[in-house]
Amino acid sequence: MKILVAVKRVIDYNVKIRVKADHSDVDLTNVKMAMNPFCEIAVEEAVRLKEKGVATEIVAVTVGPKAAQEQLRTALALGADRAIHIETDERVESLAVAKLLAKVVDEEQPGMVILGKQAIDTDNNQTGQMLAALTHLPQGTFASEVAVDGDKVNVTREIDGGLQTIALTLPAIVTTDLRLNEPRYAKLPDIMKAKKKPLDVKTPADFGVEVASKVSLLKVESPAERKGGVKVASVDELIDKLKNEAKVL
Amino acid sequence: MSILVLADLHHGQLASTTAHVVAAAQAIDGDIDILVAGEGVQAAAEAAAKLDGVNKVHVADNAVYAHQLAEPLSALLVELADGYTHVLASASTTGKNVLPRLAALKDVSQLSDILAVDSAYTFKRPIYAGNAIATVKSDDALKVITVRTTGFDAVSDGGSASIETVDVVVDNSQSSFVKEELAQSDRPELGGAKVVISGGRGMGNGENFKLLDGIADKLGAAIGASRAAVDAGFVPNDMQVGQTGKIVAPDLYIAVGISGAIQHLAGMKDSKVIVAINKDDEAPIFQVADYGLVGDLFEILPDIESKLN
Repeated sequence: MKILVAVKRVIDYNVKIRVKADHSDVDLTNVKMAMNPFCEIAVEEAVRLKEKGVATEIVAVTVGPKAAQEQLRTALALGADRAIHIETDERVESLAVAKLLAKVVDEEQPGMVILGKQAIDTDNNQTGQMLAALTHLPQGTFASEVAVDGDKVNVTREIDGGLQTIALTLPAIVTTDLRLNEPRYAKLPDIMKAKKKPLDVKTPADFGVEVASKVSLLKVESPAERKGGVKVASVDELIDKLKNEAKVL
Repeated sequence: MSILVLADLHHGQLASTTAHVVAAAQAIDGDIDILVAGEGVQAAAEAAAKLDGVNKVHVADNAVYAHQLAEPLSALLVELADGYTHVLASASTTGKNVLPRLAALKDVSQLSDILAVDSAYTFKRPIYAGNAIATVKSDDALKVITVRTTGFDAVSDGGSASIETVDVVVDNSQSSFVKEELAQSDRPELGGAKVVISGGRGMGNGENFKLLDGIADKLGAAIGASRAAVDAGFVPNDMQVGQTGKIVAPDLYIAVGISGAIQHLAGMKDSKVIVAINKDDEAPIFQVADYGLVGDLFEILPDIESKLN
């Protein structure tokens, strides 16, 4: 089956962000960018399914600025066969991304779409679910295990109370959680070969999708700062302070 | 405003998160109804009807809604959403699974994890692992919103809403429940506990988490964990506190053998008092801790336990 993997360019997970002085957004100037960690897990899962002989072709897709092609080349280096860049410099909300991906699903007819469960910038956790709705497909979110079984896929999900396993008819949408797999690193020869793999550039207009959203960002602020704390010298001092100073014991 | 709250169920009972979502609904201000959907949920519906400020409880009790699958739940919500201006759920794994699907079916955006209500259409939510707070305004005719329950104090009992059966039964041929492995514990639920003690990679292995038991017993605490401890297989995933795990804001959070990565802080930095115990005096956790104790947790934990009442 063909697998479609959607990836997103976000800040590197180690970056300590700062809010712009005018509070219009987070300051991303000169900040290190990378593939969203959950998207890395999605690419890895698709590659493993190909190595198992379950997937025959992996198509990577992203919605974002020109620089996002870097993430598509990474996906190609890791094992994707071709890539689609839907280029836009606009801020694109999850619903618009899902609409664009739904058009790609229409064209490509994959057996499975794998996405990261959330992007670490917006922390929305919506795109996979919305894509499932728009394509009328079932969804297996927060997956820690994916097992294709004939015309079904068994997805084990990390839920608040523990683990839940559900069976979905294919085609299906899967979103990845942390423990689904440990992604590999791209090897230099593969990075070189990836430059020759096909990468198509499209725009939202090509798909007839309006990216404007009814949600507007009014302002961005830093959270209230915690007052600095103290180091205590002993367990006795800790318990004393918790009882008499903090009054939580 | 007219608000429909999707109730959370926990082992078939009404989860305590629902009272926090009703509080968020009250902040939006309007008529508040609750939907309880599942199988064998009469008791949960009765508990929901007692929540303060609730007008009506709709009960959809049918096998197709058991296990909270997204496809039937979102289809049910689509049937019921007409006439409401807002649909709310907690940012539980159920809320996060179902509400975006509902939003897309209704061709509206979804707002995730709000922690404050500024008006009926303006909300605050955390972004970048809670290192920034965004104020967003929605012009959608239907606002579909998941609520960070630590941002709203639970409403109390004192209401007496009417309970109405919902006869809508949807088809579901696309997804089916296979099995589940749920944690069973007498301890308070992590999300709502007043005291939380968490172990990290420094605990060394799963057996050592028993060192937290005595302290948790004495403090009536829930036990949590960092991602590292879960990845290493020390403890199961439902104990993970962090950006993509549970968000907690207890009165007291004790971090044991946890370094304090950005992603862990995202899950606990709104705690009232933070204590950190770590043998590395430069661990980032000490930057957010109110009280830090540098030393060997294997000596410190039994010492704390013996000195607590």
